[in-house]
Amino acid sequence: MSVLVIAEHDHQSIKPVTLNVVAAAKKIGGDIHVMVAGTNCSGAAEQAAKISGVSKILKCDAPELSHRLAENMAPLIESLASSYSHIVFPATTFGKNVSPRVAALLDTQQISDVIAVHDADTFDRPVYAGNAIATVKSSDGKKVLTVRGTAFDPIANDDGNAPIEDVASKGDSGLSKFVKQELSESDRPELTAARVVVSGGRGLGSGENFALIDALADKLGAAVGASRAAVDAGYVPNDYQVGQTGKVVAPDLYIAVGISGAIQHLAGMKGAKKIVAINKDPEAPIFQVADYGLVADLFEAVPELTNKL
Amino acid sequence: MKVLVPVKRAVDYNVKIRVKSDGTGVELNNVKMSMNPFDEIAIEEATKLKEAGKVTEIVAVSIGPSQAQETIRTAMAIGADRGILVETSAPTDIGGVEPLAIAKTLKAIVEKEKPDFIIMGKQSIDDDSNQTGQMLAAMLGWAQGTFASKLELTDGKAIVTREIDGGLETIELKMPAIITTDLRLNEPRYASLPNIMKAKKKELEVIKPEDLGVDYTPRLSVVKVAEPPQRIGGGKVADVDELIDKLKNEAKVI
Ligand SMILES: Cc1cc2nc3c(=O)[nH]c(=O)nc-3n(C[C@H](O)[C@H](O)[C@H](O)COP(=O)(O)OP(=O)(O)OC[C@H]3O[C@@H](n4cnc5c(N)ncnc54)[C@H](O)[C@@H]3O)c2cc1C
Ligand SMILES: Nc1ncnc2c1ncn2[C@@H]1O[C@H](COP(=O)(O)O)[C@@H](O)[C@H]1O
Repeated sequence: MSVLVIAEHDHQSIKPVTLNVVAAAKKIGGDIHVMVAGTNCSGAAEQAAKISGVSKILKCDAPELSHRLAENMAPLIESLASSYSHIVFPATTFGKNVSPRVAALLDTQQISDVIAVHDADTFDRPVYAGNAIATVKSSDGKKVLTVRGTAFDPIANDDGNAPIEDVASKGDSGLSKFVKQELSESDRPELTAARVVVSGGRGLGSGENFALIDALADKLGAAVGASRAAVDAGYVPNDYQVGQTGKVVAPDLYIAVGISGAIQHLAGMKGAKKIVAINKDPEAPIFQVADYGLVADLFEAVPELTNKL
Repeated sequence: MKVLVPVKRAVDYNVKIRVKSDGTGVELNNVKMSMNPFDEIAIEEATKLKEAGKVTEIVAVSIGPSQAQETIRTAMAIGADRGILVETSAPTDIGGVEPLAIAKTLKAIVEKEKPDFIIMGKQSIDDDSNQTGQMLAAMLGWAQGTFASKLELTDGKAIVTREIDGGLETIELKMPAIITTDLRLNEPRYASLPNIMKAKKKELEVIKPEDLGVDYTPRLSVVKVAEPPQRIGGGKVADVDELIDKLKNEAKVI
């Protein structure tokens, strides 16, 4: 058995979720190789080599991989697949975009969002917005999985010494082309890896009022998240969305402000260790999952909380 | 241009589902079913493109039980011209027809219908797979624009803005291509009564998976389906001071 982990990285460095995915790969067993595919990605490859328990890094450095388009990534991964029993991606937008394309090329039924590994064939995954957990056993010879990072504690990344092997790109498919990106700039911790998350909902009423959330988050060194309603209304960018169809977070502390607690939102934050809800409606469903519910007007409670911390 | 829009019949998004007590699946008897919300967004986008004169025909396809005809009629009431139901009694949420098999079915339909492109949902809200569009793109050797929040068709190309973890990414796709919808692509309309009536008269073809030569034997067996660990919530604090005290001294998280 041998597992190929597809790294999440920004060419210079490895993204933390890669360490959670390697942790899941360890539970599967066998040799673990990590693939770093990008452009001028030696920095990321060297960091990956230090991950504990990884025996080889496959580096594919090519200009057509600068934005890791699915049409270029999938044939590359397919070309390496014969050496592996499992190919494992992070359940990030990158992983979710590429992974099914690889699975289809290999004629295997992907297992999405794995949250537990029972053995090399058997995995748990959430369905119905996390309101049911399915344990599934794969009969496919080769397994393709995406792993939910928050479900696995990260592996150490300081004692590995894996050799880096170059692999050849399969070239540019010519099917798709990168045009531009608009990335949210922030000095705050990354939402899915933060220890504390403060999220705002429609109750904030405007994008300007989100400054209250930002101030509280800065006091706590927290990341900022949002409900779908807040994103749809344009208060904050799409990458803030927490939930079934956004990001899944599992911080030590999640503070939900002006969020009602729809099933789809709960799906993204129910795994937090402690939940605080601030909402003026005592009947809001968010209180059913909150450890500490404060029935209050957020425009009074949030500034007071920020000042007193 | 002709566009194909796969639409799935799934549990309504407002339903709080229950796991069956025997652990074999989720209780779907007497539960409200609707069109998967992302597919509503897909059919709305196709309809807008038709209204803008870029699309000439919209074909809605569903794989599911006979009741999925209602889902296709809903798509027709929004804007689909024709429908195809691939009828199966196998479940389409868990332990039945899996995304790989759905993608193979759609591939067979693409070979018959020869659409110029496909718009579909990014994710079913029952199986939460987020796979079918990408798989179908691979099988057809087409480009894919997943998680789209904006779509423009110009000069035989599709310009797609995608919602990604860090923000937004814009890519250009060679046609034919597959677009999968994200929440911000549009706001689906409510079908008007006259359009609901008109939908009843549109052509809806019902076929069987065997007609397409696709095999629905699952690759994954469901060992069990369980409730997630329940959270004990409902705790309240009287004011901000008590909240701070609890976070510091009881939960020790700040
Ligand atoms: C296919 C699909 C996918 C979805 N995916 C997601 C997802 O990933 N994430 C997500 O979050 N949602 C998702 N949703 C949307 C979800 O169903 C809800 O509509 C959404 O979460 C509601 O956001 P909200 O709680 O901010 O708004 P609302 O439900 O409108 O709640 C606002 C809350 O603010 C409170 N409030 C108002 N003013 C104040 C005040 N002054 N002080 C204190 N409290 C106040 C109100 O009491 C209310 O409880 C999805 C929906 C669908 C159909
Ligand atoms: N049974 C089905 N019938 C028609 N379309 C489907 C079906 N299952 C999935 N799809 C399409 O594939 C998309 C992604 O679904 P999934 O991969 O199951 O998350 C959906 O939004 C639909 O557009």
